[in-house]
Amino acid sequence: MSDPLLKLREIRKSFGDNEVLKGVSLDVAAGEVVSIIGASGSGKSTFLRSINALELPQSGFMDFEGLSFDFRSESRMFPTPSQLQSLRARVGMVFQSYNLWPHMTVLENVTHAPTKLLKLPRAQAIQEAEALLSRIGLYEKRHSYPARLSGGQQQRVAIARALAMKPRLMLFDEVTSALDPELVHEVLVLMASLASEGMTMLLVTHEIAFARDVSSRVLFFDKGVIAEQGSPDILQHPESERLQQFLHRILHDKVGHAISNDSGQGTQA
Amino acid sequence: MGNIFDEIKIYGPGFLEASWTVFGITILTIAVSWACGLLAALAQRSDWKAVRVAAGFYIWFIRGTPTLIQVFLIYFGLPQIGIRLSPFTAGVIALGINSGAYVAEIVRGGLTAIQRGQTESALALGFSPAQTMRTIILPQVFRIILPSITNEAISTLKNTSLLSTITVVELTLYAQTLIASTFRPFEFYIAVAVIYLVLTTILTFVASWLERRYANLG
Repeated sequence: MSDPLLKLREIRKSFGDNEVLKGVSLDVAAGEVVSIIGASGSGKSTFLRSINALELPQSGFMDFEGLSFDFRSESRMFPTPSQLQSLRARVGMVFQSYNLWPHMTVLENVTHAPTKLLKLPRAQAIQEAEALLSRIGLYEKRHSYPARLSGGQQQRVAIARALAMKPRLMLFDEVTSALDPELVHEVLVLMASLASEGMTMLLVTHEIAFARDVSSRVLFFDKGVIAEQGSPDILQHPESERLQQFLHRILHDKVGHAISNDSGQGTQA
Repeated sequence: MGNIFDEIKIYGPGFLEASWTVFGITILTIAVSWACGLLAALAQRSDWKAVRVAAGFYIWFIRGTPTLIQVFLIYFGLPQIGIRLSPFTAGVIALGINSGAYVAEIVRGGLTAIQRGQTESALALGFSPAQTMRTIILPQVFRIILPSITNEAISTLKNTSLLSTITVVELTLYAQTLIASTFRPFEFYIAVAVIYLVLTTILTFVASWLERRYANLG
């Protein structure tokens, strides 16, 4: 792999006594689409969130487009607030719960960051935002407030909002988990089209079929480490027993999908 | 009791002037109170313990002591340590600081109503914590707390009558001087009450206009 876009080494993160990430390392090349799967509590979301430092790791190293961080607090390469901002401005992130800003219209949601952070002239920001909104099929909704949109529409706007910053890397944190089943498709279609255009993406997902069809690599997180990784083939032919169990649980236990989030073992009797 | 129109001719201009004083004090007091309230609410979320403790002390002290005593402390107390303020200034500061503690509690409640995701999505785009607070969080908080903050503004407006005790010639003191020479407390206090009603009603209208304007959001 030639010079990776993103390089992470030995990322560790604990919440209190609970060590959630136990030294995770990863290289991501430009254009790669990396799916991250694993049970809840496996550390996959925390890992994704530490890539744009929404969770600050306690230790570990990171390289991204000329930014080099050492997350040990005593280190001289510990990220400064302005370095964090510049990292985040170049890494787009989309959340499970959309998090659109309810007091702004769809268009304002998309233009806010480019005008304030990239100092884009207003007219240009609006033009670019409208182009993005046309692309996701929501141009007509540009003057609506988020509350008037369906969950799927809101999530697509959230993706457009992140894309408006022209990120080099996109992070998707279970972006379809909060959606009604019939709205999942439109969001996945948009993500697949981004992937096909060469956007570098990391996504935490429960959509195994999507991970199989779209990603170039799959990581299986278990107990704070990458327990297995490889091409999407590992979803058909898992090596480790843990991945076999995990896949069995989510593929053959449709009910369990919702239940596994809170109790781990289904209690449906 | 003479002709009502003659009476208005005689006392009207004085009442009008006193009303303007009340109006001016109220506007300035609200400005001071929002500034104090916002500052204290944000200070309570500070990373520094000393700042949190100071904000907590401020709110605890103000809510636990009578407003009148706070006014006296500023107007009569401060000159003892060399700070001499005009009655008007002392009144605005005292009432502003007083109301600020209640505004701080209102803002704090508003802040807790905003989901964490709102902040995270802004930070994730590269906004600084201060930009996030200013452009994403506070505009939403303002919409949420508008009704409670209106109540607080109305009680600030009514509290201006306390300033009669430190010689601010507002409505109450003006009426008292007239009563002293005419011995007609009933009419003059009714007049004061009616003027306050008009002022509070105007304030309520402004607030409900603002609420309607921003009501259509999530």
